[in-house]
Amino acid sequence: MAITEKGMEDLLATYPDTVKKNRKKHLLIKNSAEACQQIEANTRTIPGIISQRGCCFAGCKGVVVGPIKDMVHIVHGPVGCAYYSWGTRRNKARADDTTPKENIYSTLCFTTDMQEPDIVFGGEKKLSRMIDEVVEMFHPRAITISATCPVGLIGDDIGAVARAAQERHGIQVLAFNCEGYKGVSQSAGHHIANNNIMEHVIGKGTQRKPGDYVINILGEYNIGGDGWEIERILKDIGYTVNGIMTGDSSYVDIRNLHLADLNLVQCHRSINYIAEMMETKYGMPWLKVNFIGVDATCKTLRELARCFNDEALIGRTEEVIARELAIVEPVIEHYRKILNGKTAFGFVGGSRSHHYQHLLRDLGMEMIVAGYEFAHRDDYEGRQVIPTIKSDADSRNIPELHLKPDEELYQDAHVYLNLTKEKFEEIKKNVPLGHYEGMNPDMKDGEVIIDDINHYEFEELVRKLKPDLILTGVRDKYIAHKLGVPSRQLHSYDYTGPYAGFNGAMTFAREVANAVTTPAWKLVTAPWEDGKSKE
Amino acid sequence: MLECIPTRKVEHTAGKINPAKTCQPIGAMYAALGIHGCLPHSHGSQGCCAYHRMGLTRHFRDQILASSSSFTEGASVFGGAANLKTSIKNVFKIYNPEIMAVHTTCLSETIGDDIPTIIKQSEVPEGKVVIHANTPSYQGSHITGFSNMCKAMVSYLAESDGTAKKERVNILPGFVNPGDMREIKRIVRELGIDLTMFPDTSDVVDSPLTDKYEMYPEGGATVAEIRDSGNSKLTLALGAWSSEAAGALLQEKCSVPCVPLKIPVGLKATDDLIMALKDGFGMKVPRSMTIERGQVVDTLIDTHFHYQGKKVAVAGDPDIVVPLTEFLLTMGMIPAYVMTGTPGSRFETEIRHMLEQSGIKDCVVRAEGDLFELHKWIMENPVDLLIGTTHCKYIARAEDVPLVRVGFPIFDRAVHYLMPIVGYRGCLRLIEMISNALLERRDRDCTDEDYELIL
Ligand code: SF4
Ligand code: SF4
Repeated sequence: MAITEKGMEDLLATYPDTVKKNRKKHLLIKNSAEACQQIEANTRTIPGIISQRGCCFAGCKGVVVGPIKDMVHIVHGPVGCAYYSWGTRRNKARADDTTPKENIYSTLCFTTDMQEPDIVFGGEKKLSRMIDEVVEMFHPRAITISATCPVGLIGDDIGAVARAAQERHGIQVLAFNCEGYKGVSQSAGHHIANNNIMEHVIGKGTQRKPGDYVINILGEYNIGGDGWEIERILKDIGYTVNGIMTGDSSYVDIRNLHLADLNLVQCHRSINYIAEMMETKYGMPWLKVNFIGVDATCKTLRELARCFNDEALIGRTEEVIARELAIVEPVIEHYRKILNGKTAFGFVGGSRSHHYQHLLRDLGMEMIVAGYEFAHRDDYEGRQVIPTIKSDADSRNIPELHLKPDEELYQDAHVYLNLTKEKFEEIKKNVPLGHYEGMNPDMKDGEVIIDDINHYEFEELVRKLKPDLILTGVRDKYIAHKLGVPSRQLHSYDYTGPYAGFNGAMTFAREVANAVTTPAWKLVTAPWEDGKSKE
Repeated sequence: MLECIPTRKVEHTAGKINPAKTCQPIGAMYAALGIHGCLPHSHGSQGCCAYHRMGLTRHFRDQILASSSSFTEGASVFGGAANLKTSIKNVFKIYNPEIMAVHTTCLSETIGDDIPTIIKQSEVPEGKVVIHANTPSYQGSHITGFSNMCKAMVSYLAESDGTAKKERVNILPGFVNPGDMREIKRIVRELGIDLTMFPDTSDVVDSPLTDKYEMYPEGGATVAEIRDSGNSKLTLALGAWSSEAAGALLQEKCSVPCVPLKIPVGLKATDDLIMALKDGFGMKVPRSMTIERGQVVDTLIDTHFHYQGKKVAVAGDPDIVVPLTEFLLTMGMIPAYVMTGTPGSRFETEIRHMLEQSGIKDCVVRAEGDLFELHKWIMENPVDLLIGTTHCKYIARAEDVPLVRVGFPIFDRAVHYLMPIVGYRGCLRLIEMISNALLERRDRDCTDEDYELIL
């Protein structure tokens, strides 16, 4: 089933005029005959619209900073923001060579729990005291402070508190001014987090992990153990993972990120700033990867091997792929029989709506409506549009870090990969080094691309297009069910996983097949009701 | 697990580590969902609304819809009046609720937006209503927010037409699950009394899956019912923290006498509910209730050795923890730590009084505590059982204590929100959960020769 331009007009007709005018620009029906279909993204949510979006704080502390396991993350504000970002993103973490169990604080929640007097007279003293107590209690390697909405408004200077605490305790204390009202979504928070970590943490260490082909994985948050599955495959091939940002990641490892040979970028939206800034400052190249989907993982592994242009590595890559495919393919084949020809909707924050299209295609499914909660135009249309994106009042409020090449550490990209400049340029033509082409090119004609979808559009599109599966977040999961459509959460994987890599593809296939075939779907209509039970 | 927790004594005076409460608006949002056809609206940044919907969705595994004023930096500087007016217009046009219940967040509170004035200046369609509650997150807790929204229902909606009061009771159920609300309604009806319950989230946040999608499910007290609550003969306000303020206001505004009671968790609190109704309406308590009650007493006598004398730690919201502690005492258990995250010295006074009456000493009672503190206490002096919300599971694992999940939020188990812990049936469920947790532990820990068929 597809939707026509006319159908889309009808859908929008319910809206008041201003809303209609606004929302029209956030919706596209893919048409490859049109040269560059432009979508509006990263602009304000309309007040009163039931959006999926969260805030800047959620993007900064919730997504990027929170998972760093060996730092104590103090949320400065009233209790709520800290409470809701406590253990809710499934960033799995465990002890490793550089981080003992005693230094892992992932299951704890620290909040200054501001009270009325703190709002009236300022909360800096309380914050300072909490830092002192936390240092005394836990001896963390470093501390972060994240600001929530009222903090900026009452003028608490968390930067000054952090600097003073750093002096007192001799450990790094980072202040993130990620008040919820900044920007238009979580995206602003990613940017603020990226800037701060780039400026104050990356580059401070001197330990490169021993081994060959030393890489970082950026924008991998280890939801359900995704990062571990990716690491398993990469290690088998012979790579050394120097650091992950920020799934199961540690402060000590992030300090050493600049000592790797190559950055891999999994979630483009939340981390592209660091990849780009490391390229500017250190010259380190980055490669857009996708470990979601069997074919996609194979493609990524092959492209990665080509970056190093090493026959042994390329050979080993093929060996591992062959070994894994022998296990995965029969399983995928089994589930494809159940799922072939089915359709899905996908609405997730950043890159996942793109990545999962590959995994669904492995299973014979097609994502006919895809959208992002907080993406920018480049996530849809590709990075080539970045210079043409107009900045507005909301984006100008997020400071840009202007970095220069580091005098000591800068090397040309080809040097990192041990290639001649010519060879590097040649490889770059065929693999996505320093480039991301966005989601839109991967979509088929007639499919719908939608930015910042809201409840009304969600409901209407489900009624019109009747998908077999909805991949979304927890807030929409149960709405999907009530609308008669099975769903899987793509933020938390409904507490299974991993979904990445080869093992992840098998898990995903099984879970999706279960969601679609669970017997209760045949029992929705009571036997005494008229009409047919929906199957 | 939690190897980072220091084993020595520590100074913890600033802020909270592992809080046992959350902020006001989530409570206000939950209460608002207990009005039929209501869309809760969060006046602040969209992040709060996203978080509150997420929290409620995870607990109830159901759709939780609410809109937001979606503040940006500009609104934070110049005030959110324009955002709220636009919201009101868009919400009625696009989502068409019967009523919008606006609550504030710490942002709009800090700015000082004057909500009633903004509402007056807004375009509200004929026949539709907008109410509001101030819910600053830097005061109280989610329970305070719930209470404030209940109060708003009374102040905006309840009316008395001045005629003779109707033979009907208003029940303010407190911050409990829909399964509990349904059970309270069943008991009142079983007694043959007409009632209005508000808020009433049953059939809203635990709505059925049928072949028809409803944005606004069948449940909830209608605006008309809440209006008419001013003409009822009696109000029972269940839970001092969540319901008393609304009950008192209804008494003041519409002269409906209000009897404050505990949420009927446990045998005594359920007895109190039934006696209050008997006093108010003079009906004869039906035999069926005597049977239900007798089954609880029978079970208590039959199973007391499963749990009597065991040391228990309880954490949760005050209106649940107070009657729950009372019931644990009825069961012959020994509360060792009783804690709530919500501030208020009344909590400590009430619990201490109960403990005194039962002759229990050495119990640590704490309002406005946090789970880190509770964990430290348990590390120093272990307990046999922990009763609390999902966040207690870390303590349970680290200290190897069985956990019975009661209260809000429970994110890691299903079905609980449908199964009441109130009334006599709720007593049976609590006894079952507590006994089973302790017996499972006994089975797990004992030697082969002590592993017995019958317990
Ligand atoms: S900003 Fe305030 S109202 Fe919003 S989630 Fe945080 S504490 Fe709650
Ligand atoms: S919008 Fe503000 S108050 Fe709300 S969750 Fe985000 S930071 Fe907290």
